[in-house]
Amino acid sequence: MATTALDPAHTAAKHSVLVDWLTTVDHKKIGILYGASAFIFFLIGGLEAEIIRLQLMKPDSKLVSPEFYNQLFTMHGTTMIFLAVMPISAMFFNFFVPLLIGARDVAFPRLNAMSLWVFILGGLFINFSLLLNAAPNGGWFGYAPLSSRGFSPGINMDFWALGLQILGVASLAAGVNFFTTILNMRAPGMTLMRMPMFVWAVLVTQVLVLLSFPVITVALIMLTADRNFHSSFFSYNVAGGDPMLWQHLFWVFGHPEVYILILPAFGIVSEILPVFSRKPLFGYSAMVFSMAFIAFLGFGVWSHHMFATGMGPLADSFFSLATMLIAIPTGVKIFNWIGTLWGGSLQFKTPMYFALGFIAMFIMGGLSGVMHAVAPADLQQTDSYFVVAHFHYVLFGGSIFSLTAGAYYWWPKMFGRLLDEGLGKLHFWLMMIGFNLTFFPMHFAGLLGMPRRIYTYPKGLGFDGYNMASTVGALILGVGFLVFIVNVIKTWRAGVQAPADPWNGATLEWAIPSPPQEWNFAVEPIVRERDAVWAMKRAAGVKALPEPPLVSGKGIHLPSPSWWPLLTSIGFLTFMVGILVKGETHGFPFGPVSLVGLGFTVFSIFKWSYQPVDHSTSH
Amino acid sequence: MRLLRLPRHWYRPVGLLSAVALVLVAGCSGPYPQSTLTPRGDFAEMVDAVFMKTVYLAGIVFVLVEGALLIALFKFRGKPSDADPKQIHGSTMVEIIWTIIPAVVLAIVAVPTIQTIMATAKVPVVSPDGQPPLKVEVIGHQWYWEFRYPELGITTANELHVPINRTIDLRMKSADVIHAFWVPQFAGKRDIFPNRETRLWFTAKETGEFPGACAEFCGLEHGRMDFYLMVDSIDGFKAWAGRRLADSMLAYTGLPKNAADSVPLASLDAKVGQGRQLFASKGCVGCHSLSSMNPFKGQAGPNLSGIGSRKMIGAGWLPNTDENLRDWIEHTQKLKPGVAMLLPTAVTDDEAAALIAYLRTMH
Repeated sequence: MATTALDPAHTAAKHSVLVDWLTTVDHKKIGILYGASAFIFFLIGGLEAEIIRLQLMKPDSKLVSPEFYNQLFTMHGTTMIFLAVMPISAMFFNFFVPLLIGARDVAFPRLNAMSLWVFILGGLFINFSLLLNAAPNGGWFGYAPLSSRGFSPGINMDFWALGLQILGVASLAAGVNFFTTILNMRAPGMTLMRMPMFVWAVLVTQVLVLLSFPVITVALIMLTADRNFHSSFFSYNVAGGDPMLWQHLFWVFGHPEVYILILPAFGIVSEILPVFSRKPLFGYSAMVFSMAFIAFLGFGVWSHHMFATGMGPLADSFFSLATMLIAIPTGVKIFNWIGTLWGGSLQFKTPMYFALGFIAMFIMGGLSGVMHAVAPADLQQTDSYFVVAHFHYVLFGGSIFSLTAGAYYWWPKMFGRLLDEGLGKLHFWLMMIGFNLTFFPMHFAGLLGMPRRIYTYPKGLGFDGYNMASTVGALILGVGFLVFIVNVIKTWRAGVQAPADPWNGATLEWAIPSPPQEWNFAVEPIVRERDAVWAMKRAAGVKALPEPPLVSGKGIHLPSPSWWPLLTSIGFLTFMVGILVKGETHGFPFGPVSLVGLGFTVFSIFKWSYQPVDHSTSH
Repeated sequence: MRLLRLPRHWYRPVGLLSAVALVLVAGCSGPYPQSTLTPRGDFAEMVDAVFMKTVYLAGIVFVLVEGALLIALFKFRGKPSDADPKQIHGSTMVEIIWTIIPAVVLAIVAVPTIQTIMATAKVPVVSPDGQPPLKVEVIGHQWYWEFRYPELGITTANELHVPINRTIDLRMKSADVIHAFWVPQFAGKRDIFPNRETRLWFTAKETGEFPGACAEFCGLEHGRMDFYLMVDSIDGFKAWAGRRLADSMLAYTGLPKNAADSVPLASLDAKVGQGRQLFASKGCVGCHSLSSMNPFKGQAGPNLSGIGSRKMIGAGWLPNTDENLRDWIEHTQKLKPGVAMLLPTAVTDDEAAALIAYLRTMH
């Protein structure tokens, strides 16, 4: 069964590197592929934002056409939410959840690979529309009836509806996978209340995914049916259809989605602050319960996106109060983070800079969020730049700051090299200044009456100065990320070799080599306390554990690589492409391309299910 | 003193940030005619009052929480060589306290929120001037505004005239996709749906010209779907309404309703006469009505009654000069790509001038 392992040449001889990565089921490689592809999408989304900012720099600007502008903001929103923040979070889920709970892999490694490939293909599918000059142009929220065939006759919104459908499959499969992994694969002794806070964040996030993504899946099926198969769920000229139905379905998904984007960020920061304060997380249980409470309430506030639709005073009051309630657990989290810092011995490394930046910015996003909860005030704020400012404080000041903190924190574990501290801090300051200069003035632009999603604005309304400031800020932000890229390249070529535990870490990933060996833990760890590695150090009476040796994985069985997850994904993509190319249809809804895709998907799943275990890959 | 000392390597970024903030404040100055912060009507005043309460509370919370964060950053700076600090896992008492405090703060916000929701929900039965509210039907089109006054029998577009101190009762519907009516100095936004009527109301307390905009993304030219709210004195509004009716007579008969109206008679000016003919022969009349008096609903183009004296053209964004009007007539698709105005084709400058001369007679 086992062959002589720890022989890189042995594996290399068997597969080329490309085949190795295409067929991998290793959660760490999958994580890296998630991160790399999501970062490329992030850069595309960022470039779209820069063009938007250049267009809005001056009043009456004609840099881009209204059509292209509408494509830009639709793609920017869609990309940043579904192709950047979610999959960058997924990179951390993949790489670190098994490490943090002391497991060798996720519960369903091949399903995990399928999630990855479905995500990458879905992302390429949506972005391919840009090359056809037919990118989605109806907003990331795709409101009916504007998104219907009658008002959007092109294939733009087909790319959007089908693309999101593809991405939803990736998210749902990953949701099942991580939910199961966290509940079933924890190392002995790691009770739920001993789990690192990041793992809790992932668990709660997956619950949100599992409950909210089916709603958008159904809504997108209905929209696709309206557009392609002549149904009338959201159109108003046939009895029964109602555009409001789309808004409800979209936001029943859309609001939990906001927490899907921010809870992982909460988790990452909750790992970083204790390590760099050298002090455990303040109020662990309160942090767990407040996160669960936020997620629960997240399903009862969707209509605060719809105050302007005139739902009536009762609904307005209910959704106002429910939304305000969310501020309580959110406040508790912020206070507990500050409580973690209080009395600590703060070590100002780059990850800590970004984590602190996260707290400072997220407070502001939270406060403007409470202002939106005041329904009458929201009538002035909604669909204005004030909202744009608010959610960028939450999603950029919150999620992106935290994900960047996570990147600097976990980079040495992922790649075995430390990112440069000097460049890291430069990156931080450029991002901090650029971010605030971009988004703080938007509060004023919105309050002064600038609506969202307008491709230009006239002189004389007083928006000019604020928009100029935002554009300058956006360019500074762009430079900040260039510095990050330089840092990555520099580290790649000549970075400082990272020890197993560069930060005096608290959690299990710091007890194994950097980067981890394929099997993560040669010996299954036993957990007796929260902050397991700190506990080990205390028990041994040392400040640092000895550098763990590289070991032979002899006798460790690992799941074998497989082509079928990738091939299944390709089959599924083909099915969706078939609907796209068939377009509007009055007869049988699926063309030959769809049928081939569907057939290939079924065939691949069948082959996948009966693929024998490849013992030669066991070590 | 350690508390106040910035780490040396922070001097430059912090300095830069302050400089940028200064430039920002200096670079932005009014006027802000579309601002939500200068309410000029009762609805907007109520909204502003509850908003400002939350701003002050948020300001206090911001200073306290960000302050606590900053104090922690400076007070607890450690060196790598320092011994581990005391390992505190939490404090039930402290956590209960800081759960209750935000709950209390939110209760303080919640009370005026609900009060304002209730106060703004219903259209008042009587205006401040003692009259019943004036009904106006708002119809959103891709991409212009149609306003109808059912009690006066008047229809117009892109310029909403209202009398001061009279509550305006807006009943809104869309001809196509979802739009939102927003005139920030007077009321919050209200979405406009194709399949159901939504309501909004306000009472203007100041006369003047105030810009408004569509605030729900409605397709290609969403960015150019603006309008003006003209708040007139009572007499001014009556005069405007009278002119709409006179205009309609002119459009139907070519003659002003009475000689006191100083509009040049079509028959007296050859150019105006030519323009009048062109308006029909070039197909303008197929979509645009020059009459305010109950033109049929569902006309494709905006009503043009009083176009001669409107402030703006093209849905609130181009000043109504002869030059702009000529460009609009000759190159509509270049100026505002995507609008439904495909006619007239091939208009010479002379023909455009004649059309403009004719339209200028519509005051």
